[in-house]
Amino acid sequence: MTKLKPLPSLRGIAALSGIAMFAVLLLAVAPAVLSDHWLNNLGKYCCWAIAAVGIGLAWGRGGMLVMGQGVFFALGAYAMAMHLTLETAGDRVPGFMVLYDPLAPLPAFWEPFRSAGFTLAAIVVLPVVAAGILGYALFKRRVKGAYFAILTQALAVALATLISSTIRETGGDTGLSDFKFFFGFVLNDPANKVMVYLIAAALLIVCLLAVWQFYRSRFGELLVATRDAEERVRFLGYDPANIKLVAFVVSALMASIGGAMFVPIVGIITPAEIGAAASILMIAGVAFGGRASLFGPALGAMAVGWGQSSLGSTWPDGWTYILGLLFVVVILFLPSGLSSLPARFAAIRRRPAEQPTPPITAAELEEVRA
Amino acid sequence: MTGASLVVTDLHVEFSGFVAVGGVSFDAHPGEVRFLIGPNGAGKTTCIDAITGLTRGTGSARLGETELLGKQVHKIVRLGVGRTFQTASVFDELTVLQNLDIAAGLHRSSVSLLRARRGVDPSIEQALEETGLAGELATPAGILSHGQKQWLEIAMLLVQDAKVLLLDEPVAGMSHDERTATGDLLQRIAVKRIVLVVEHDMDFMRRFATRVTVLHQGKVLSQGTVAEVQADPKVQEVYLGTAGAATAAAMAVVPEAVAETLKLTED
Ligand SMILES: Nc1ncnc2c1ncn2[C@@H]1O[C@H](COP(=O)(O)OP(=O)(O)OP(=O)(O)O)[C@@H](O)[C@H]1O
Ligand SMILES: [Mg+2]
Repeated sequence: MTKLKPLPSLRGIAALSGIAMFAVLLLAVAPAVLSDHWLNNLGKYCCWAIAAVGIGLAWGRGGMLVMGQGVFFALGAYAMAMHLTLETAGDRVPGFMVLYDPLAPLPAFWEPFRSAGFTLAAIVVLPVVAAGILGYALFKRRVKGAYFAILTQALAVALATLISSTIRETGGDTGLSDFKFFFGFVLNDPANKVMVYLIAAALLIVCLLAVWQFYRSRFGELLVATRDAEERVRFLGYDPANIKLVAFVVSALMASIGGAMFVPIVGIITPAEIGAAASILMIAGVAFGGRASLFGPALGAMAVGWGQSSLGSTWPDGWTYILGLLFVVVILFLPSGLSSLPARFAAIRRRPAEQPTPPITAAELEEVRA
Repeated sequence: MTGASLVVTDLHVEFSGFVAVGGVSFDAHPGEVRFLIGPNGAGKTTCIDAITGLTRGTGSARLGETELLGKQVHKIVRLGVGRTFQTASVFDELTVLQNLDIAAGLHRSSVSLLRARRGVDPSIEQALEETGLAGELATPAGILSHGQKQWLEIAMLLVQDAKVLLLDEPVAGMSHDERTATGDLLQRIAVKRIVLVVEHDMDFMRRFATRVTVLHQGKVLSQGTVAEVQADPKVQEVYLGTAGAATAAAMAVVPEAVAETLKLTED
């Protein structure tokens, strides 16, 4: 190795200080200035943002249009919800199960979720195993593009339907709710609510740091190369299936973590939060913010989440149209999302008029170098 | 493995009934610049595709003792067989260095993949020197000139330490000087490696080939040194039609002119 340092690490430092600033905002400023209600909402957006960061990795950098992240979101969410439900029920069988049959036993698959350790392990292991098997089967068979998107979407639909139809085992459409405790902490206590929020926000920062390292690593370059020319990568002696598998599994893990934190923050999980529409909304946020950039997916998801809970509750019909319109505008005029705006302005100022705007990938390239 | 030869025996490739390659045999040894020529659709690219696992072929293609046919693409690459494509296929969005780094990564552990790059591998520096791309280290591959892209592809094969280089029309679209530079480069790297070049450019072939195999309609038409192949009436007929015999003399005398004619008839 020579000491030659060909690539400036300036952007790397910029990205890191961006994450640091984001951390200060989320972990110090927000709890100090926001009301309990809005802090709780922000916590919810953080959960979506965690899933979005994973989508950015798989879709933005890896080119896999993951339309069914709700599946992995559900794995984490339901694992957490089952544990909290059991914690709340104590020695008794959860209320909704004995609603129709007072003597109903606790289903066998619920039993291990009494253990906090098992639950935490499940939140990590379940999505890794599920995405591992699914990804292996799909990528080795070279399923990609629209087929991959439709297949993952179908899985989200299937899982939501399954949960809806198993009301006695999973709570069905009503979902799981009314959690009193979070690993021994009383959830009603405002101090504990702040703690739960802080955990979610900290996890988001950790996920951002993780993808930052991914993007600047050789793996990140390889992933972009695989996205752009899979066959070529094969001829360099790599199996693209393995490269995509890693990104897919990591994105599933992040979705699961987001789902797990969603439960204590929102206090309820239903199939509607993990089905087709929810999965598409996760993708929408990522596209909106800029799928291949570091902050784009997280910020986009938070923006969509905020729109959802502010506009969506006061003016539900209008919100859907606004979201649709925004989506069209972004896809048409800013295919790399809002995060590509600064680079575009800079480019326009640097070389005026006669030069066409740079290809949409310029911003990504810059980031790859970071 | 040094000294191992590439031996192709009775290679067959069919596309739903259409025989693209029908029983082709040839061999290539380290130290020679081996050429595979033939008119459009002769099956040259298909031969390379079959050897590298991109399309399914029957027969045999051995590197030393190892049978290549039937193996997966990336495993064949890991055995030391590298190729380029008719259209340059570098990663346009990545820099020259990043392109080479990915090619060099073949022999790295998976853990090291998760780290950022800290310097330039010696093998990459060497390949940059060899191909004259040292000044383009940080240039995105997409804005390289056509010729430079081809050299980058060859450089990528060098850093991935390929023992066999299968090059599909490496000088297409290059200027005369670039062709000469490429030819010299190929002769240098062929000293220790097997180099097989698919080309249309007869002038280039004449200047740099040690041995030539002529394909026509999926079969070997002629094989031998440049002089032997040029003297073969069957080759003249294929390339110049029935008037071949009359033009044969011209072929030997004014190679440049004939090369032009050939290009005209092919394109
Ligand atoms: N995937 C495919 N499916 C069907 N036919 C194919 C396929 N690939 C090649 N062929 C056919 O096989 C024959 C040989 O093609 P090949 O590309 O090997 O020719 P070539 O010698 O490389 O020609 P060129 O000089 O034009 O590159 C052609 O007739 C071509 O149409
Ligand atoms: Mg060809």
